[in-house]
Amino acid sequence: MSAPTFDLGDLHGGLRLPGNKLQSTSGPIRQMPVPAQLVLPIAQHAGDPANPVVGIGERVRKGQLLADCSGTLGAPVHASSSGRVAAIEPWPVSRRHGDSAPCIFIETDGEDRAIDAREHAQAFDQMTPDALRTEILRGGIVGLGGAVFPTAQKLTQATTSELEYLVLNGVECEPYISCDDMLMREHAKAVLIGAQILMRATGIGQCIVAVESDKPDAIQQLGESLAALDDSRIVIKQVPTIYPSGGEDQLVQLVVNREVPSGGLPTDAGCLVQNVGTAAAVHNWVVENEPLISRICTITGDGVSEPMNVVARIGTMVADIVDFAGGYTDRAEQLIIGGPMTGRSVSTDRVPLVKATNCILALSAPPSTAPELPCIRCGECAAVCPIQLQPQAIFWHACADNEEQLRVHGLTDCIECGCCDLVCPSHIPLTADFRKAKARIRELADEKARAERARIRFEARGARLEEQNRERERELARQKQTARQAGAAEIAEILKRKREKDGD
Amino acid sequence: MEFERREAPYIAPQTSVASIMREVLLALSPAAVAHVWFFGPGFVFNLLVATIFCVIGEAAMARARGRKPEDLLSDYSAVVTAALIAFAMPSLTPWWVTATAALFAIVVAKHLYGGLGFNLFNPAMVGYVVVLVAFPTAMNVWVAPRIGDIDYQHLGIVQSLVYLLTGAFPDGITVDAISRATPLDSMKTGLNDLRTVAEIRSGPLMGDFGGRGWEWIGNFLGLGGIWLLLRKIIRWHIPAGVMAGIFAPATLMFLAGADTHPSPLFHWFSGASILCAFFIATDPVTAAASPKGRFIYGFGIGFMTWAIRTWGAYADGVAFAVLLLNMAVPLIDRYTRPRIVGHEREDTASE
Repeated sequence: MSAPTFDLGDLHGGLRLPGNKLQSTSGPIRQMPVPAQLVLPIAQHAGDPANPVVGIGERVRKGQLLADCSGTLGAPVHASSSGRVAAIEPWPVSRRHGDSAPCIFIETDGEDRAIDAREHAQAFDQMTPDALRTEILRGGIVGLGGAVFPTAQKLTQATTSELEYLVLNGVECEPYISCDDMLMREHAKAVLIGAQILMRATGIGQCIVAVESDKPDAIQQLGESLAALDDSRIVIKQVPTIYPSGGEDQLVQLVVNREVPSGGLPTDAGCLVQNVGTAAAVHNWVVENEPLISRICTITGDGVSEPMNVVARIGTMVADIVDFAGGYTDRAEQLIIGGPMTGRSVSTDRVPLVKATNCILALSAPPSTAPELPCIRCGECAAVCPIQLQPQAIFWHACADNEEQLRVHGLTDCIECGCCDLVCPSHIPLTADFRKAKARIRELADEKARAERARIRFEARGARLEEQNRERERELARQKQTARQAGAAEIAEILKRKREKDGD
Repeated sequence: MEFERREAPYIAPQTSVASIMREVLLALSPAAVAHVWFFGPGFVFNLLVATIFCVIGEAAMARARGRKPEDLLSDYSAVVTAALIAFAMPSLTPWWVTATAALFAIVVAKHLYGGLGFNLFNPAMVGYVVVLVAFPTAMNVWVAPRIGDIDYQHLGIVQSLVYLLTGAFPDGITVDAISRATPLDSMKTGLNDLRTVAEIRSGPLMGDFGGRGWEWIGNFLGLGGIWLLLRKIIRWHIPAGVMAGIFAPATLMFLAGADTHPSPLFHWFSGASILCAFFIATDPVTAAASPKGRFIYGFGIGFMTWAIRTWGAYADGVAFAVLLLNMAVPLIDRYTRPRIVGHEREDTASE
């Protein structure tokens, strides 16, 4: 069964990159054993870090709550196997490129005993949308496409606007990564049921499952599962294999032919976008009673002996996963968590796999690190920019630190996909430069805000002092007045006495 | 295991400035061979002189600006400038004329404006215009193409070399004996003498569309240009703009009066039209940036070329047209910035 390709929108630019996916998709997903120690960062999601609710030495079971969400945006963290809480202390994490952040350490006991099933377990189609969203929050589900935005909050935000489509993102456009492809091949039904749950939780009536054209097996599996489910609200759409078609805004443009307004969200274009992995995680929690404690992760690159996809517990060391995949080859020179276009380069493999870790990529060094030349304005960067920016102009204004022109040229609209870097004949690290320029603009905005606050404080102080002065003057005037009145009264008294005296 | 941190993306770019410049040189080579075939060995000497002085200029300026000469020379941009100058020169040109053009192009037009990527004006065209104005006599010695039935006289290798070094013709040969008017020249003087286009075009030097021999060089330049398009070294917007910019006014005037206005094809295949469309106007540094802007930029060059040929004092107008449109680039860029995805049109245009 092939997926229909219809009314697809157009994407400006983009790149056809060598996929490099076959290396890791030749075999089935492998199950990674539970490691002796799990290291679980308390901040694995966008928003506020979770708040530990277990003490050191406490025994925990698989699926037990370790840290609860705090603040308005966040997600809880659960124990990914049973054991004893050994420590809560900083450890290198991938989101900080190998620098440390607070983590909960669990010494596993090898029994992998799970917590008891929820008492009020109910079929999801019997639950109210509100209850479903609360449930999803409790499951620690976050967006597994890379942004790790807490899913429950995203769903709640979505209910505030009128939405037409739930778009399941199975595009996975970055080279090397294949975990979503393998998920759709092996667990297509879980993905589709996850979609049904998400639709119920938001009240959205239509769902588009978008898959890139280079994943025929996934499309077939989804098609068969969809036929079995017989849900006419869900359609599968094939999108062209072009990077970055899997970016949220780009995907919306592709499947419903609407542009997400600058600074807006897909919800502004009537769409809620969720990764297929997120949908499967929602299914696993709501139907199978397992919170987000493991994920599929691609381990690949020419620096790895046996590229593959593994299911690993959250908190497993990346180094252990590399060992599981046969260890490094002698070509391994850089380690990237995520894809080769937008991933994070880390300084050490002693970082744990977290909810966001879709790929572990060990690569040989780039063939040439030629010196950066001046921009020759060839315009190739503009030709491939999916946002239709003029990177050569932005680069020019970034060099000049011209904040105003950077805004005009849409620096803040840059999605940092990295396409411009790959076509630049002068080998200018444009994306890195734009990241710096964005940080600089934020800094300037902060400075401005600080200056503004200081100005307001200063003016308030001035006003206060003036008020005090006026108060003092009024007081003086009052005193004078009283004195005058008192004086007048005294004179009147004297005159009165005088008159009385005279009258006598 | 410990690793070095880098910045995303981690895939290395596949192109380089040097490879682009080498492809441009390669694309010029068939036309260069044709040039030597039709107009004698002078082209090779001009190319040598131009290359030597462009390289000297680039190296000297690199040193003056505290850079390593080999770093700047290894991008081949100076050699491309030299090649374009060589194509612009008459095949018999004294060395100091070519050297002046080369040095002016590299030292003044390129490096005094900041070097590769920062120059406002096309260096080769600046160099060419300087010598065209400064050495008008030397820039007028064009020979007839080597075609059987044409009365042509070419200098041999040694004689050419002597002329190159001394600017003097061998005994017994005068300028008038070997120099011939170019097709554009004969068209201009012929029209001034109130002859019709048909009369002028009936001369032995005129070919199917432009001048004989010249057309063939044009064909090979066009081939090279198409190859650059296929290799995606250049995009179609500028060449199409230049050709359309020449074609549109030329066709209008041709239809209005074919006796006094040569056909658009004559304009296309004469002078430096094709060289300009694919190799000169496409210099990205001095061209507009966006696709729309590039078409407008190319169209402007084409139109100005036609206008200068038709009403100006010079037979060809390519160099002046390119320099004029170079000046207009910031303006064109300002008004042709593409709409950013997710923005309303007004957002991006407001400043």
